[in-house]
Amino acid sequence: MDPLLVLAQALNGIQFGVMLFLMAAGLTLVFGIMNLINLAHGSFYMVGAYAAAATFQATSSFLLALLAGIGAGAAVGILVEIVVFRRLYPRDHLDQVLATFGLILFFNEIVRMIWGPTALYATVPHFLAGQVEILPGAPYPAYRLAIIAVGLGVAALLYALVSKTRIGMMIRAGASDRVMVSALGVNVKVLYTLVFGLGAGLAALAGLMAGPIFTVESGMGENVLILAFVVIVIGGIGSIRGAFVASLLVGFVDTMGRAFLRPLLATVMANTAADNAGPALASMLIYLLMAAVLFFRPRGLFPPRTR
Amino acid sequence: MKRILTTVFALCLMAGSATAAETAKIGFITTLSGPAGIIGKHMKDAANLALQELHGKIGGLNAQIVYGDDQFKPDVGRQVAEEMLKRDKVNFITGVIWSNVLLAIRQPVLSSGTILISANAGPHELAGSLCAPNFFSTSWQNDETPEAMGQYMTEHKITDVYVMAPNYAAGKDMVTGFKRYFKGKIVAEVYTNVGQSDYQAEISNIRAAKPKAVFVFLPGGMGIQFMKQYAQSGLRGQIPVYSVFSADETTLPAIGDAAAGNSEAGFWNYDLDNPANKKFVSEFRKAYGYIPSYYAAQSYDAIKLIDSAVRAVHGNLKNTKGMIAAMDKANFASVRGPFKYNTNHFPIENFYLFKIVKTADGVYARKTEAVVFHDHKDAYYNECHMTN
Repeated sequence: MDPLLVLAQALNGIQFGVMLFLMAAGLTLVFGIMNLINLAHGSFYMVGAYAAAATFQATSSFLLALLAGIGAGAAVGILVEIVVFRRLYPRDHLDQVLATFGLILFFNEIVRMIWGPTALYATVPHFLAGQVEILPGAPYPAYRLAIIAVGLGVAALLYALVSKTRIGMMIRAGASDRVMVSALGVNVKVLYTLVFGLGAGLAALAGLMAGPIFTVESGMGENVLILAFVVIVIGGIGSIRGAFVASLLVGFVDTMGRAFLRPLLATVMANTAADNAGPALASMLIYLLMAAVLFFRPRGLFPPRTR
Repeated sequence: MKRILTTVFALCLMAGSATAAETAKIGFITTLSGPAGIIGKHMKDAANLALQELHGKIGGLNAQIVYGDDQFKPDVGRQVAEEMLKRDKVNFITGVIWSNVLLAIRQPVLSSGTILISANAGPHELAGSLCAPNFFSTSWQNDETPEAMGQYMTEHKITDVYVMAPNYAAGKDMVTGFKRYFKGKIVAEVYTNVGQSDYQAEISNIRAAKPKAVFVFLPGGMGIQFMKQYAQSGLRGQIPVYSVFSADETTLPAIGDAAAGNSEAGFWNYDLDNPANKKFVSEFRKAYGYIPSYYAAQSYDAIKLIDSAVRAVHGNLKNTKGMIAAMDKANFASVRGPFKYNTNHFPIENFYLFKIVKTADGVYARKTEAVVFHDHKDAYYNECHMTN
């Protein structure tokens, strides 16, 4: 097998993984700390992408688009937390699923009303438009390298925030024992809102970075949401570290499966059979991975220590 | 506002029909919600424009178009069709973007004796073994567009082609059609997930395989994503892309420059030089402010075809046989230019090669480059034995 191709696919896997991590980080915090299943997390991703694309079209400034995207995502997240989610924390998971599913429909329709049914045009900023020769003969899109850098940077910042700061300590404590945290005098309400805004902002960051690669359209968050759920289940619900490892794992397995499974199968079976089995099996791989992880570690790879 | 006006207009028509002798009702099934809603918008705008040009009358009768949203789901499409037949008592059903929706509504609509006109979908079943007297198409059979691309690439001795399509029925059909006329060498035939958003892994594989050209069928959002990522990878200048149904006026606003220079194939384009088309395109752009897609053209033709049939029977909507005979003559000013119907009620028509270019107004659109097929017939009409 061509080593340059393997290198390129490995980078693809990492890039896909860090993107998933940005989505999964917020989701796992919210699920782990507030015990809330938030299906509308993909809507923050969409809001971020739309706000950034619209700002970029209006101002041609990448920095403004970045700020607008993250700002809009976090603001919408905080607003929704105050208006809707506070009422959902004590309710059971079915109510939460219903309410947040309703929010998905609501946001998809709002976006269509504001920006119309046509997908929005989003483009890569000029200074990231080219390719970088990582090794001679292996050019790689500069924009995707930038995504990897941003993703790893955010992961490092989150690690520092959660394990080294006072807020992080409260977040970790909240994940382990909510009642005790509030008994110790932490304003849990404000903490929840902050965590929620943080998660929504990260999702918006993922969305705005995804805009120039994918389609900025109503409902764009749903596809990535399912994968983000797979990630947090594999990683252990509530664990940032778990989400990081699981994101890279899922990104890697999915990319490698799509790239190499069919040619690999073709060496052991007939070509037409490989044509049929390859893509089908490749799309199942991450779910097989999830099933395997759950079989051996039912609470995920890095379950937070609780109670 | 426009919706309110059309509703008021429709209400007036309904109120009027209590006294008028008869109203021609057309059921129009398309997708109006979700990401594919943009296709439905093109179709609805075009059908409304056609009816407007006819002064709200079909074949001289007062007319009304009832729109239904299939939500891109065959079961919903079937429900909508049954409602149209039973509640609205429509005289015709048209529209229909998706082949699976068309196959789902085929039985209830055709067995009720209602005339069904596909303004997009062209599954091979309906062109062959399941063809029916009261079914017509104003578009094409699915295989024909990739056939044209295969023929063009063969004629231009383009070989070593990397073929990619989503892993579902239409994806396989498109590749089958392509291979029917493509005689060169295929480097690899890759099927991707339906609705996949990231093609970077496939693009890395394409770079490693070093083909001389890429042929893809990636409709809707999949096409937007692939074209953008392909351009970002830097491969666009090195390996040209030949595609079908992957870059058109519904997706080009979102793809932008990333598809410029690519080739597409099809039976119609907004720049085709014939009087009916010039009128349609200029009226459409004046009314809606964007360039119509082939979806719009097919829908416009469907309304005009119905009008020609009702006119031929002097407004006697009970005379289904007479209307079918009239439709078979294709006696209306089609935007593709004059054409004939084949024995399976699919058009015998030309297919063209288009290039994606930036127009003088700064938007991206298809530009007609060459005629690939003159009066092309689909591959299935010999299997059609109409019982009537």
